[in-house]
Amino acid sequence: MGRVKTIARRSFLIGSAAIAGGVAFGTYLYKREGENPLLADLKPGETAITPYVKIDAQGITLITPRADVGQGAWSMQAHMIAEELDIDPATAILSSGPASAIYYNGVVGAEAMPIAATSDTILARTGRGAADVMGKLMGLHITGGSSTVPDMYDRLRMAGAVARETLIRAAMKQTGLPRNQLSTENGCVVLPDGLKIEYLDLAVAAADIKPVQDVTLRDPSQWRYLTKPQKRTDMVAKSTGTLTYGIDMVMDGMVYATTRTNPAIGGGIIGFDAEAAQTMRGVRDVLPISGGIAVVADNTWRAFQAAQAVECDWGPSPYIGNTDEQFDAVANSMTDDHQDSRFKDEGDVTAALDGAKVIEAEYRIPYLAHAPLEPLSVVVKMTDTRLDIWTGTQIPRFVQANMAKLTGLDADNIHVHVIMSGGSFGRRLEDDYIAQAVEIAMQLPDTPIKMIWQREEDFTHDFPRPLAMARAKGAVKFGALDVFDLSIAAPSVAESSLARLGQPAIGPDVAIVAGAWDQPFAIPNYRVTGYRTPAMVPISSWRSVGASGNGFLHESFMDELCHVAGVDPLKERLRLCWHDPSRKVLEAVGEMSDWGSDLGPNRGRGLAFTLAFGVPVAEVVEVTSTDDGIRIDKVFVAADVGRVLDHMNFEAQVQGGVIFGLGHAMNCELTYQDGVAEQDNFHAYEGMRLYQTPQIIVRGLENGDKIRGIGEPAVPPAAPALANAIFAATGQRIRELPLSKSIDFV
Amino acid sequence: MKLTVNGKTHEVDVEDDMPLLWVLRDELGITGPKYGCGIAQCGACTVHEDGVAVRSCQLAAGDVVGEITTIEGLGTPNTLHAVQEAWIDLQVAQCGYCQAGQIMQAASFLDLNSEPTDDQIDAAMSGNLCRCGSYPRIREAVKSAATKLRRV
Repeated sequence: MGRVKTIARRSFLIGSAAIAGGVAFGTYLYKREGENPLLADLKPGETAITPYVKIDAQGITLITPRADVGQGAWSMQAHMIAEELDIDPATAILSSGPASAIYYNGVVGAEAMPIAATSDTILARTGRGAADVMGKLMGLHITGGSSTVPDMYDRLRMAGAVARETLIRAAMKQTGLPRNQLSTENGCVVLPDGLKIEYLDLAVAAADIKPVQDVTLRDPSQWRYLTKPQKRTDMVAKSTGTLTYGIDMVMDGMVYATTRTNPAIGGGIIGFDAEAAQTMRGVRDVLPISGGIAVVADNTWRAFQAAQAVECDWGPSPYIGNTDEQFDAVANSMTDDHQDSRFKDEGDVTAALDGAKVIEAEYRIPYLAHAPLEPLSVVVKMTDTRLDIWTGTQIPRFVQANMAKLTGLDADNIHVHVIMSGGSFGRRLEDDYIAQAVEIAMQLPDTPIKMIWQREEDFTHDFPRPLAMARAKGAVKFGALDVFDLSIAAPSVAESSLARLGQPAIGPDVAIVAGAWDQPFAIPNYRVTGYRTPAMVPISSWRSVGASGNGFLHESFMDELCHVAGVDPLKERLRLCWHDPSRKVLEAVGEMSDWGSDLGPNRGRGLAFTLAFGVPVAEVVEVTSTDDGIRIDKVFVAADVGRVLDHMNFEAQVQGGVIFGLGHAMNCELTYQDGVAEQDNFHAYEGMRLYQTPQIIVRGLENGDKIRGIGEPAVPPAAPALANAIFAATGQRIRELPLSKSIDFV
Repeated sequence: MKLTVNGKTHEVDVEDDMPLLWVLRDELGITGPKYGCGIAQCGACTVHEDGVAVRSCQLAAGDVVGEITTIEGLGTPNTLHAVQEAWIDLQVAQCGYCQAGQIMQAASFLDLNSEPTDDQIDAAMSGNLCRCGSYPRIREAVKSAATKLRRV
């Protein structure tokens, strides 16, 4: 920030000793008790007031507590604060802040409740309120469920406004001028004669003032950053190799480690022989950890080599170990005693199917790996009194609690420093890799340790998106959909992942049917039933969670029924859709894709729609059937997040979501043999590559009643839109993912 | 052995078969090149050897014959290479982890082919994986950088 001539320079200099460490502002008008976590790390003479804005002699630091896993969350959070604080976000220092209950997520919990995003009943509102209270009481400092914008939109703007108003109050004190003669501009309070006092120079005075809570947020017409195309704050660093990811951290005296645990999931280790490994160059230690071994060396590659040289005696996996048998278990769980939910049950499906010509179909979707491109990594340092952890994580407070249990240290003495992640897709909702590094640190105190997993370890020790099966029955009547009965069976992500976080999973698991039970269609006889398959290999949330697969199950069958009824899939969805913003995305994508026009021979287009995380998304995929296989030509997407805060990043997230959905649908699956994942690197799990990438045309609509996030919602409709397009082009109906099991792609 | 990286010569004491990637990252502290797969499937480790893109995870230190350039040597935040400029203009990066490799691949490709067709861009860039799906913007940024470089 450029220095400007100020009248307060003298008082600033006098007070500069006190400002060396900083003063912090920000609040959340929502009344609550809670300590400002920034206070804990302040040194003598430093001041802090509240949790989102800190000002010191170095500049203005904005606290962005939601993790950035590539979706641009840090930049967006900074822009929301900066808009109201009246600073240029590019000039701010960003920090993710400490793990703290004050940064709880008040929105994500509602995703676990059987409340349709389209519902505004008293019950629905009460449920959402309960999610907020629960998030607060649990101190749920967590990133996920496309919740950053909806959860932080008011909170961060309010924090910026409170800090700004408090700084103005400080200027009033310093100048004796009344409030109505002061304004702000780009990091300065402006006096009537045009002189400016920098925020930095007001920080000391502001520290003595109780934050001014009585503020009004700017009208959106006054915004300078929000809704305008933003320059992401991380873009220059990410384009110049200067961004430090967790895997890049270097510390004095640091050693390099890697771990190897039983590739047969959960099998444990019976014993190991490290004789050969121990004599290899650069190897410092071979250590036992839970379920395997760790090698500590002076270079990551040497650690990798030595880890492979350790002879391990692995135990057998306790889980159903082969994918064929895993699918059998899923099929066998479609029975009354495994019924988990029936949130959607309209009309009378049984009666309506009686005597009708019943259309039946069975679908399968595979386990999928997260495989963020930055292999899981973490830097840890443990002393007698404290543990420091530097890593990309979506769950800093759970990390704190779990590592407290592991080490016996008090949670307050465990400091989780959240670093920018090279992707996650949900993988960093788990802390298994952190626990491994901490187990090493407990054996090597006072030494900074950087632990990096080999890619093979990452693939074979994922907590994948679960496999699932659906059996669908339906009927048409007078050229229209009459019965839609979808039964979905899958193991429960909530049951598996919450247990690892030490939390109970109560009631049905909404994820088993998310993206299917809650769709805004008025089919006369419409039922969605979830069946819970008994737990098998541990599983977790994967970008768009339950909807990631259920979109395919629901929308493939929707297309099949439209085909049998002889109705246009777009017109029929529009006829059945009762939710206005959803209708509008369908209409938009129809118009964008010139739906109904002739594409010519060997070509076809497919439509799919999913409402997930409150965001209706409609996608049309166009394909050509060539001699070399299916080529995906174009994708049209319309999505409604209520208000698009940054059109540039909105488009990027939608395109990325579409590619994520298409790529995995094309050729990705995780299969198991004797409990060992068979795909252990990207040669066997490619996803989409650039030459296969279609043109993706995106439109953001703003008819929704609430602001929503876009990190995940574009994923679910991609796979079914592609499968439906392949059917249109070739007549081949594919009911199992990945599609490459049935058809070739260019 | 001696290695010249970004114009500076280093004496390193490593095994001949240590991949260049780990010499750069753990011996020289040059962390722009990333580890993604270790088997030349993702391209995150891409650097230049005498201006030509190579996968540093598969290039043994003992086999390095030319001068190495990493993303840090291509351009800095204050002196951006045209490819980096295009990447920033078009806001390509999401998680960004693959982008150093993508940019090094693109820079080398455009050096060899200043007027690439769309198909040539697709072919040249398809060895670099992006899990976030930034491909549409990568494609546009390569085209934009080609135009910028021709103007220089």
